[in-house]
This record gives sequence, C-alpha cells and structure tokens, in this order.
Amino acid sequence: MYFGLTDDALALREGLREVLETACTPAVIRAAWDGDPCEQLWKDLGSFGVPGLLLAEERGGLGLDELAFVAAVEECGYHGVPGPLVETLVSMPLASLPVDGSARVTVLSDHGPTPYAAVSTHVLDPAGSLYELTPETAEVVGTVDRSRQLAGVEGDPLPLDLSDEDVARFERRGALGTAAFLLGLARRQLDITVAYVKTRQQFGAAIGSFQAIKHPLADAVVGTEFAWPAVLRAAQALVDGDRDSDLYVSMAKALASDAAYRMSRVCLQAHGAMGYTVEYDLHLFAKRTWALSKDWGTASDHRELVAELLGIRRDA
Amino acid sequence: MDLRETEAEQAFRAEARAWLSANVPQGLPSGDTTEGFALHLEWEKKLFDARWAVVSWPEEYGGRGASVWEWIAFEEEYYRAGGPQRVTQNGIFLLAPTLFEFGTQEQQDTLLPRMANAQDLWCQGWSEPGSGSDLASLKSRADKVEGGWKLNGQKTWTTRGAFCTHLFGLFRSDPASERHHGLTYFLVPLDTAGVTVRGFARLDGDEGFAEVFFDDAFVPDSAVLGGVGKGWSVAMATTGSERGLTLRSPGRYTATVDRLLTMARGQALDDTDVQRLAQAWMDAESYRLFTLQQVTNEQAGRGRPGESSLNKLLWSEMDIRLHELALDLLGPEAELEGPWSKGFQFSLSGPIYAGTNEVQRNIVSERLLGLPRK
Repeated sequence: MYFGLTDDALALREGLREVLETACTPAVIRAAWDGDPCEQLWKDLGSFGVPGLLLAEERGGLGLDELAFVAAVEECGYHGVPGPLVETLVSMPLASLPVDGSARVTVLSDHGPTPYAAVSTHVLDPAGSLYELTPETAEVVGTVDRSRQLAGVEGDPLPLDLSDEDVARFERRGALGTAAFLLGLARRQLDITVAYVKTRQQFGAAIGSFQAIKHPLADAVVGTEFAWPAVLRAAQALVDGDRDSDLYVSMAKALASDAAYRMSRVCLQAHGAMGYTVEYDLHLFAKRTWALSKDWGTASDHRELVAELLGIRRDA
Repeated sequence: MDLRETEAEQAFRAEARAWLSANVPQGLPSGDTTEGFALHLEWEKKLFDARWAVVSWPEEYGGRGASVWEWIAFEEEYYRAGGPQRVTQNGIFLLAPTLFEFGTQEQQDTLLPRMANAQDLWCQGWSEPGSGSDLASLKSRADKVEGGWKLNGQKTWTTRGAFCTHLFGLFRSDPASERHHGLTYFLVPLDTAGVTVRGFARLDGDEGFAEVFFDDAFVPDSAVLGGVGKGWSVAMATTGSERGLTLRSPGRYTATVDRLLTMARGQALDDTDVQRLAQAWMDAESYRLFTLQQVTNEQAGRGRPGESSLNKLLWSEMDIRLHELALDLLGPEAELEGPWSKGFQFSLSGPIYAGTNEVQRNIVSERLLGLPRK
C-alpha cells in the first residue's frame, strides 16, 4: 500500500514550481485580466511539456498519467495560471494540435458563452468537433474574474472522431483537474493569509495570534486537507480504469469546490478591509476560486451524482 | 500510488472477517454501566483468546505483529461486523503505545500481557476540576518519599474510572515547577490505599465518568513511566494516539455511514436528505483516504507536526453530523432511546474529549500553519 504521489510526480511538481515562480507572477495574471493571452507563459509551459502532459509519447506528449496531471495542475492553481489550462491538457489527447504552448484549447460551454474563448486558439466541442478561433474578433462578456475571458464561439468546426469512452474520460479528467486547480488556489490564498496575519498588528499584537483568526483558518485547512486525498484517489481510479471512477471524481470535485470556496471566504475575512480591494493580490485567486467551484459541475451537482452512484433514491 | 493489499494482507483480512462474523456479540448493552461492563469484559477475553484483542502488538504480548495496514483492515472488519465499543481502549490504544515507546522492559513485560487479556483495565487520569483544556495548570502532586512517591489531589471526568483497575495520570512532582515542567507520568493501581473512586453519570445517563481522589496514596518508584519530570512529553505521545488514527480508525465511520444509508433506503427522501447523505458518505470516505495518506507519509518520514489534530477535528465533527442526519431521518422517533439517540449523545463528547476542538484548532494553526502563540 502506498497512498500518495509517485516520486516522479513530486519531482514534476517541484520543477514546475520553479518555472511558474518567475513565469506566472501576479503581474501576469493581471495582464490576463486585460485580455492578454499570456503567450510567453504558455510558451514556458510548453517547453516544460505541460500542454501535452496527458498525450501519449508517440504523439509527442509526455505520456504521463492522472496522478502526474493532478500534481502539475494543483501547482498551476497555486500560481493562478490564466487561460484554459485544464481544458487544454484534457483536450490534447482528443485533438491533433501542437503541444508547445502555441495552442490553447478551451471547451465549448453548453449553456452560454465559453470560458477563455477570447484568449484561446481552439475550442473543443465534446459532441465531436473542433473550432479554430480568431481571438481578435471575439466579444468578451463581463465576468467577476476577468481572466476568464468568456466569449461566444462562431465558425465552422472540423469534425472530430470521438468515442464515448474518449468523451467520458475527458469529462472525468476535466472535473478532476479543476478540483486539483481549486486546491492549488486554496493553498495560495492560505499562504498569502498566513503571511499577512503573522505581520499585521492590531490591538498591539499580530492578529494571527488571535483565536478569532486561528480557528476559522484551522477549519478551512481541515476542508482542503481532506479534499486532497479524494483528488488523489480519483486520479488513481482513472489510472486503473476503475468502475468507481465517476464516484471518486464527483467526490473530489464536490469536496474541492466547497473546501476552496470556504478557504476563500475565511482568507478574505482574515484580511479585513486590506483584502477588499483589487490592488491586493488575494482577489486574483479568490475570484478564480468562485468561478471554478461552479465550473465542470457545482458541488451540489456532484453530490447528486455521488448519491445516484451510491443507490440513494428519493422514493422509499 | 498502490492501493492493492498484499496476499498476506488479504489473508489477514479474510481471517478477521470470518472470525468476527461468527463471534461478534449482537445487542450488548452499553459498556459504561456496571452490568454492561461485565458483559463487555467477556467479549474482550474472547477476543484475546482468539488473538484478536491487540492485533498490532508483538506475539509475545498476545498480538499478531500486524502492520498498520493490517490493523486498519482489522478495524474496518470489526466495525463492519457490528463489533461493540472497546472498553479496554484507553489501555490498549492510548497507554500501550506510550509503554512501547517509554516503558522499561520490566514495565512492558509486567503490564502489557495483563492489559491485553483485560485483566488490568486502565483509565486516564489527566483532567482535574480546575484543569481541563489547560492541562498544564494541573495541581495534583507527587511528593518524593523513601522508595517511591506520595500522591495527592483529584482527577475527574475519568472515563470508565468506576470500572477500571488502574489509572495512568499526570502529577506535579516538582513543587517549584510551573506549567508543563516538573510533571511526572505515573501508573497507579486503583486499589492503592488512599485512592478513592466515585462514579458519576455522563450526559447520556450512563455512569461512564468518575472522579478519583488521592490522599497520601503511596506508589513505588517503578510506577513512573518515562522518567521523573518527563511527564509532559510522555503525555503528548499519548495525545497523538488519542486524537489521531489509533483511537478513531476510519472503519468506525464508514460502518456508521453504511448503517445510515441502509436506514435511508427504507424511506422517502427530499433533495436535502439526498445531498446530506452523499456528503456523509464523502466525509467518512475522505477520512479513510486521509488516513491512508497519513500512514504512507509517516512510513516515508514525511509526517507533519500537529497532523493528528486535523484527524480529531474531522472525525469528531463528522460523527455529530452523521448522527444529526440519522435523527433527522428518524423524525419524531429520534427522541426514543436507541442506538442513534445514544450515539448522538456520545458523539457530542467528541469535540470535547482528547483536548477540546478549540485546543486542536490552536494546535493546527500554531504547529501546522506557524501562527504565533500569543
């Protein structure tokens, strides 16, 4: 029995951390808020192999599994990587596109404008087609997190030959990756907050010494700490092709959505008015959390799926 | 990641399952009453005779030398089979790990076998009327005399103290000391002259609590565990077991959720019930997965300070939520005495014992997050 990331996945995450510390600063996220597709960042991700992480080696990818995927994506979440990161990684095995960072693939929304459509090069429709985009013409829809760059998608898509199995794996990976990204965002908000409450003085003491600050943070940490093993378990279920993989993916997304949202609330509150401004970085990570906690299925949607898979029925 | 059990682990689990399904007693009364306790002792002796009482201990002390993975499997099978509470738990799960770590060879050879076969029954003597969460303020004292120590003071909220034979407790052995300095961990037979035990009822009405008075009670030098003045660090080893995995294995909660789901299948549910049931399953499963990760990390030398406080916060709050949901599903019948109403009342003690959850939150924020103490 060994429950955790492999040494390879840990090393991958460590390497990625070093890249992102310089390649994805808050200034880069702020540029994304102004509509910058962040091509340099994506090029850096490309030279590290990230876009093709799940793509087979013989097709030019890294050929890694879902455990490496959640490790890498969590780290990207920590750095708030803007653009369709999870979407690109899970789409690459379905589309023949360059994995050097020049292709940024988002996923067609089934209920309105598509996230990242204004900064992506391609849109994948899991119903079986691929759009090539001309970003300059896209009309961006106003969103709370402006790095999301939602826009409508038009054009004549190319057909893609996707099996049901391809699409099911794609959906599971998308929800799972988003769960991992959310936990990375939560970890970043926690770090920002811990650093802040250690130094911020009120009533003659660091506010981090007050139980009114400590206890909500501890409770939020319980949430994220117990969501991460669920993400790992779901990743392993996908690696093994388990019958239970839908159950574990939904569990991971439900727990991660709730835990990351909770963390964002507690961290914002711990900052007082200091955090209630767009000049301070915390909101960059909080707002992405709010968006992603509802993307790829809300916590309630996934709990409903869990209930269904457990055989819980409304009628007696 | 490797979630497979080895062949040996599978065989161990199968043997445990077969024996438990044939032997687990059904419908035992609470072990926290005089009559109930006696019946539970019979069960404990039966477990011991079949070498299932202390599976993780070495064979010479009555165990099977089971790995921690096998122990987790045993616990899962135990609660899945409907096994009753372990009235020996404060000895076998709390004191024993401390004895293995700090005890002399003689203490281990004398005490462990009698603990394993439920001949000696141990209770924990830490809290005092004026020292609950603030354990380091304790006032019970040990004064050095020829050949041993004289104990004076009072312990309280001692679980099953009225039915136990021995107590492990903390006493101030250096009168000039303050806080966590100058404390010593003593192992005390409750029939020692000068020791008086008075049982009293807990919230659920069972006589599960006791207060223990020490009035010039003499214990020999050999009653010291882990060295004079070392009591605090020895005690902290026990709290790690108490808050974390050893006392509250995930099998308890996954079994509770199974019972909850079985009950829910017999009735009409609304959307809120469905959401809460799914959440209940996820909570128990996430605790199980967390513990697998925890054991893996500890074995790889990646354990983190204060982590057992995370376990305690999760299992104690979860246990209440599971029972609240059961009572909501029972509706007006929830007020009747029964396993769920009893379990609910017991679950309310979870955020209080083994260090209140307020203390656990301090520990998480100070040791894990590095926030300043004051």
